[in-house]
Formats: sequence, C-alpha cells, structure tokens
Amino acid sequence: MLTVGCLLSAGCGKKETGGDKKLTVGFSQIGAESAWRTANTDSLKDAAQKAGVNLVFSDAQQKQENQIKALRSFVAQGVDVIAFSPVVSTGFEPVLQEIRQAKIPVILSDRTVDVSDPALYASFVGSDFVEEGRRAGEWLATHTDGKATIVELVGTPGAAPAIDRKKGFEEAIAKYPGMKIVKSQSGDFTRAKGKEVMEAFLKSPDAKGITAVFAHNDDMALGAIQAMEEAGVQPGKDILIVSIDGVKAAFEAIVAGKLNCTVECNPLIGGTIMELSRKLADHQEVPRHVTSQEGVFDSANAARELPNRKY
Amino acid sequence: MNLLFWIGFAAMLFAVRKQRVLWPLLALGLLLAFNYFFTPGFFDLDVRGGHLYGQRIDILNQGAKVMLVALGMTLVIATGGVDLSVGAVMALAGTVAAQLMVGHRCSFAVGVLGAMGVALLAGAWNGALVAYGGIQPIIATLILMVAGRGVAQLVGEGQIINFTDPAMAYLGNGHFLGLPFTLTLVLVLLVITYALTRRTALGLFIESVGDNPVASRYAGINARLVTFLAYLFTGFCAGLAGLVAASNIKSADANHAGLYLELDAILAVVVGGTALTGGRFYLVGSLVGALLIQTLTTTMYARNVSADVAPVPKALVIIAVCLLQSEKVHRYFRRKFPKRPVPTEPVVAAAASSPSVPS
Repeated sequence: MLTVGCLLSAGCGKKETGGDKKLTVGFSQIGAESAWRTANTDSLKDAAQKAGVNLVFSDAQQKQENQIKALRSFVAQGVDVIAFSPVVSTGFEPVLQEIRQAKIPVILSDRTVDVSDPALYASFVGSDFVEEGRRAGEWLATHTDGKATIVELVGTPGAAPAIDRKKGFEEAIAKYPGMKIVKSQSGDFTRAKGKEVMEAFLKSPDAKGITAVFAHNDDMALGAIQAMEEAGVQPGKDILIVSIDGVKAAFEAIVAGKLNCTVECNPLIGGTIMELSRKLADHQEVPRHVTSQEGVFDSANAARELPNRKY
Repeated sequence: MNLLFWIGFAAMLFAVRKQRVLWPLLALGLLLAFNYFFTPGFFDLDVRGGHLYGQRIDILNQGAKVMLVALGMTLVIATGGVDLSVGAVMALAGTVAAQLMVGHRCSFAVGVLGAMGVALLAGAWNGALVAYGGIQPIIATLILMVAGRGVAQLVGEGQIINFTDPAMAYLGNGHFLGLPFTLTLVLVLLVITYALTRRTALGLFIESVGDNPVASRYAGINARLVTFLAYLFTGFCAGLAGLVAASNIKSADANHAGLYLELDAILAVVVGGTALTGGRFYLVGSLVGALLIQTLTTTMYARNVSADVAPVPKALVIIAVCLLQSEKVHRYFRRKFPKRPVPTEPVVAAAASSPSVPS
C-alpha cells in the first residue's frame, strides 16, 4: 500500500528533480470562503517559497468544474506533483485516471475523495474530524469528573465536519454515564445562528440544568458566549464551553476566561504537503494518511499560543 | 399576564377581521397557541437586567432583520419587481461599518453614515438598472446578490471583524422601554413608510405602476422614478438590517451576514398578502409574515426539532398560510359550505339580500 506513490511516479524518470531543476507543484484550492481557508492558502504559499518549490496555484471558487479544469491544466503543464483540496468528495474519478496516465502523483489536502481505486491518490494530509470531536469530549469529561448536562451546537447538516465531530464527541462521552447531550441544534457554523440557538436553549424550562456547551466550531461558540452574557449567565464559569477549530478569536476568548477549550483543526499544512511532494518526486515512499499536528488548548496554554496565531 | 396577551391578540384579530392581514395574523395566533399549550417555557416572561426576557422577546429581536428588509421588499414587490440583493447589501453595510470603525478608527456616526451610504448606493444601482436600464428585476438584482458579497469580502479582507463600540452594540442588543431597541427601529420605519405611502399619493403610484406601468405613464405618473425610489428605499432598509445583524453578534461576518435572508423577506411579503405580480401591498402584513417565520424558527429550537427535519414542518405551515389566503380556496369552500359566513364577503352578501328579509 505504501509503495503506491512510488509506483505512480516510477515513470517520471524523464523529469529530473534533483539539484538544478526546481520542483513544480500544482495546487487547486477550494476557494477563499473563510479565515481558515485563507490561512490554509497562505501556509501553502509560504511553505512553497521556503522549500524552493515552484507552486502553480489555482482557485476553484467553490466549483468542481473549475477544479477539474485546473487539474487538467496541471497535467498539460507537466507539473511534478498535483495536490488539491476537493470541493466535493465525488466525481473526481475520471480526472484522477487521466492524472495517473500522465504518471503524476496526487496528494489530497484537508478533505478526501470517494474513489473505487484507492491507488488513484498517493497520500492524504489533513485533520481527523472524528478525533477532534473525541478530544473535545475527553477534555470535557476530565474537567467535569464525567458529569455534565450538555447542549450541542451542530454545524451545517450534512457537512462532513459536523457529522464526524458529533460522532467523535458522542463516542468519547459514551464512556461516562453522567454525561449526556440534552439538546442539539444546528447553528450552521456561524456566529449569528450560534447565538440565536443558544438564546432559545437558555429560555427552555430546563435551562438551569445546562452545565456545558459543545460547539462544532469556534464561531458558534463565540455567538453562544454572547447569548449567555446577555442572559446574565457567566460563560466559562456557570456553563463550560468547548469548541473546535482554534481560530484567533477563540484564543482571545479563552484568555478572557469566557471559553474553556478549543481543539485545534490546523490549516497550516503547507509544510507537510511540500515535504511529501519532494519525496514523491524523488520516488520515495510516503504514508497514506498524514494527520496534521493539532493541539488542545485551554486556559493552561492558550495565552502562550495566542501571539503565534495568524488566523 | 398571558390572559392579557390573548385578549389583546383576539382584539387585534377582531379589528382586522375584514382585512387581508387577518390570515397571517390568524396563523401566527394558532402557532403561538400551539406553543402555549405544548411547548413548556415558551410563554415564560420575566424581567432580567431591567428589560423583558423570554422566547417571545427573542422572536421580536431576531425577527427584526427580516422585518426591516420586508418593509422595503414590500414596496419593490408592489411595483412588480423583486430585490434579490438585500442579503448581500446587508453583508456589505455591516462590513463597511465595521471596517470604518475598527480598521480606520472612525466614530460610530461615520461608520453608520458610511454603511448607509453604501447601502443607498447599492439600492440606487439596482433601481437604475431596473427603472432606467430596463433590465428584468431578477437579473438586475442578481448581479449585486452575487457580486455584493464578494465586495464585502474584499472590504473586510476575508476576515470576521470584531468591534467593541458600545453604540454599535446597542443597535442590535440594546433595550428601549424594556423591549429590544430593534423593535423601536422597526416601528419607526413602519410609521415612516406608512406615512409616505398611505398619507401621500406615493402608495397609489406604486400600486398603479405595479398593476400597469404603461397605463400609469399615460396617466402622468413618472413610473421610472417611482420604481427607482422603491429600490433605493429597499437598499436603505437592507443597510439598516445589515447594521443590526452585525451589531447582534458584535462583528461583521461578510460571508454569512444576511445569507438567504432575501428569501425569508420575499416569503414574509408573500405570506403577508402582497402578490408577487405587483399592485396592492400590505406593509403590516409583511411584518406579521416576518414574525410568523421567526416564530416558526424559534419553535423548532424550543421543541428541539432536529435541523435535518425542521424545514418540513416550516414548509407545511407556510403552505397552509398561502392556501388560507388563496381566493380559489375561499371560493371552493364557499361553494362547498354555502351557508357558512366567509370573512371577506359576507357583509356585501348580507347587504344585498337584506331588503327582502324585513318585508
């Protein structure tokens, strides 16, 4: 299995990558829809510059057809390695076949694709959403002695991070009979909806019993914090709040004592992708899945990390 | 307290029994009654921090954005048009205000003036395209719907901008006379709009342009100017709603502010009794429509209906309200149950037949 990348690039002998000739990587990004994505793009560009890689960057503007066009143009340009963040998970099979025929190795960045033949890509670099949910659940379990009445702010229905984070969190708290989710509603990954849903939760007759909030991303947690403050509830003290992503605003909230914990979902994977590209171009073996370096931050270590946050 | 509420509501229904707004108001009443009996805590109301606190207060506050936009949308729809760009204009206004106040350290007044200026500019652009450029409203406003959010992203540099200005935070979160300040904003805008359209001939002009622009022009109405003004006003409303939306979360989120809100606003107007074909319009009806939509949303939260399923009961209620208003449905029921008095026409019918009764 691990030799896939090697086999894929076995025929690239004509392109000498060692020494004098610069490595060329084609990257097709989803778009620029969030601060997270912008940080992701910046990381790729920085890493390419540092590694002396010639990066051909293309923005798909949230459209799969743009992405497929970009991938074909990478093949035509004869880049050494192709990397991309798939807009959706299906429909990439034909273009991946074409890339294989051109004997160019493929790296998936931050999201994966559904393909019948796993050999169509060499490696996937990105987060494990289930693991993120699990870590959030475990943090909450250790800090509440396994006793918590939780309300959940879910992401956009059907989105992979929403499904997986929920799954991981539920797995983690299943071990503790004292922990249960009493309410679960979608806040669409936005501050406005997170606040609106939390306002409604706080007015339910059993609101007094709520001891913790699990938000699928930081923005919803930040909205929920405002709802609590307006209702006279102290966020971070009366109700504990755990969220995922680790954006700068979340770190500021932790330092201010309003948010308790954020599980990082790291967009800074440019370095890893450049490293893998180099290896693939040199016909070395690469791991099938590289999980990005991700920390769990709470009041113990957030203040130290805050100055380093770029997004 | 609750008894007073219901007596007030019943009095309102009685007062409007011959008007178009009866139907959305009745639907709102039924939905509230359902929550009164079956959703625990929905009617809890207490005083916290010197203002009223409860689900119904949240409905008023959260519904304010759609109510503000719906007022403008009503006039545009009355002219036979539609404005799809309101959501994007909201995002634009919020981002401009935040960027001016945070990025350029301007005062609150400058931020608001800048935002409203941009919103009016957007409204003028739409109006000019439709009225003077002769472009179909859906297409003309679609341009800004797509591009406006992009411009907002550009202004905000792709980031969510947080602000701390207390005056800005008051707009969407403050309280006036114990009620959310946004409610005051809506009522003031309603009074102004009502005065402008019903106390002057402007309302009549709008309706006639919506009914038949060519005939209006021959009758001496400057149809183009009337249409232009309607879009300009909607831009103003969207700008105001954008400021409220940003204020609500104390940050300008160019990506999500007002997203799909144009659809809610159009729905509110239609539920309120204004036909998409233009002509007669009902300002209060649109507000009731907006409240109905927000009440539905809050009901889903309060009853913990899963987000995957929530659109279904929402859609069912909306369909029911639309059917309630339909003339065809009224006629069907009149034929089916001929003796039953029907609220829209029985007075006329009774008057016509009355001379024969006493004799």
